[in-house]
Amino acid sequence: MLLAVAIPILTKTVFPEVVSKQAKMVFDAIDDLPDGSRILLSYDFDPASQGELLPMAQAFTRHCSIKGHKQYYMALWPLGSPMVDLSIDTIKSEYPDMVRGEDYVKFDYKTGGEAVIRMITQDLRGMFELDSRGISLDDIPMTKNVKNIQDMDLIINVSAGDPGTKQWVQFAATPFGITTVSGCTGVQAPQMYPYIPEQLAGVLGAIKAAAEYEAAIDEAYPSIADNPKAQEAKRRMGPQLVAHSLMIGLILVGNWIFFMSRKRGQA
Amino acid sequence: MKRTVPLVIAIVAGFVLLIANFIPYAEDWGLTAQEWFNILAVGAMVLGGGNLIKLHLMKVSGQRKGWGYSVVTIVCFFGTLVIGMSKLGVHPNTLYPNYAWSGYYLERGSGLWWIYQHMVVPLTSMMFAMLAFYVATAAFRAFRAKNIEATLLLVTAGIVLLGRTYAGVWFFDNGWWSCPDWLLWLRFDNLTVWIMDIPNTAGTRAITIGIALGVVATSLRILLGVDRSYLGQD
Repeated sequence: MLLAVAIPILTKTVFPEVVSKQAKMVFDAIDDLPDGSRILLSYDFDPASQGELLPMAQAFTRHCSIKGHKQYYMALWPLGSPMVDLSIDTIKSEYPDMVRGEDYVKFDYKTGGEAVIRMITQDLRGMFELDSRGISLDDIPMTKNVKNIQDMDLIINVSAGDPGTKQWVQFAATPFGITTVSGCTGVQAPQMYPYIPEQLAGVLGAIKAAAEYEAAIDEAYPSIADNPKAQEAKRRMGPQLVAHSLMIGLILVGNWIFFMSRKRGQA
Repeated sequence: MKRTVPLVIAIVAGFVLLIANFIPYAEDWGLTAQEWFNILAVGAMVLGGGNLIKLHLMKVSGQRKGWGYSVVTIVCFFGTLVIGMSKLGVHPNTLYPNYAWSGYYLERGSGLWWIYQHMVVPLTSMMFAMLAFYVATAAFRAFRAKNIEATLLLVTAGIVLLGRTYAGVWFFDNGWWSCPDWLLWLRFDNLTVWIMDIPNTAGTRAITIGIALGVVATSLRILLGVDRSYLGQD
């Protein structure tokens, strides 16, 4: 298994991706918005799942930046805040024309999970008086006219568990009809599909969907295909293909041994 | 008194949130209750930390099995707490240069950043990565075609595993063979989408509705004071 994962990583093997219906739905939810729309991005994951979720979080950031959307970052997990910093680093390095406070802003982590969501659906300042740099929201151009997150055009949630997508659906998307998309771990994804399409406009499940989403961005905005950092999820599909194939092979061999030993036992 | 006061608080807060959800006039009551919840959540974090330390100190003092790990936990806990609270290596925020502790707690190069970058990230990533090996061994044991149910599980898992990679497409469209259009629905990635959309969604919806009904029943029991198990044994 170690070799199955290591060899494609070291050889940098990348396979083509076919964009699935789910990835297209997420892509369209962001792309169909008029340029400069307000998007809330909540990073509810930590370094443990960054291997699976960070590429899609970064893809969200790049897509929103290409479209010139206003990006409002927050985290319901204590270690989600440093994940947001990685996206802000991406904006600073790849989209230097974007200005902090005018195009993107970060709110620091607040404890409370779903209570934070409930509060900001009514009163953003009740939870975040200042941004992460200590500036009052009334002095930041992109937040001074925002009363609560009902003013957002879209919520993007990158989730590895609770609090996460389920809570965003329960306390923001469903009661207030705020369009929401989710990027979540493979384990969570089956629980999120029932929310589509009414409560969630789309779900990206694990690294495979992230790779498809990257492919969708590449198709729509070919210039991004030259950026190797924007192909991270696709790069991770190589190890996944070899590891999954190995798994299937081992399961088949295991079953063959099982049947042979049972046959011998019967004889 | 020890049980009555928390019971009253839970019942009042529960009803306030319930009423605030349905009566627009009472919306502000709900917000106030949520503010209280957030304040209490911060208190709960402190309480959790205290409890963790108490348990591990007891383990060390009793020299119970694995007490060495508890020493590591205690040292790491206080080390992180002191470095984080003192904002070691953090420069003041440029907007508030006269306030020594006004800087960002995870500033690049600071003490807490170092702990996060060089200890938290590799350790948690390693734990998550190890799951791959556990999943592999568990799958190997679970996917034995012992009976019809196990065979169904095995076939489904095989389709999803292949559908989640480029192999799902490649088997049906490669240099040697190209699948006719009328058979495209059999492609592993399309079958995976169907499995997720139809059988999985149906099953998950049923489970979700069941859980929701259970939550309603439990909430009612708590609101009416019938269920007091959350108060503990004392």
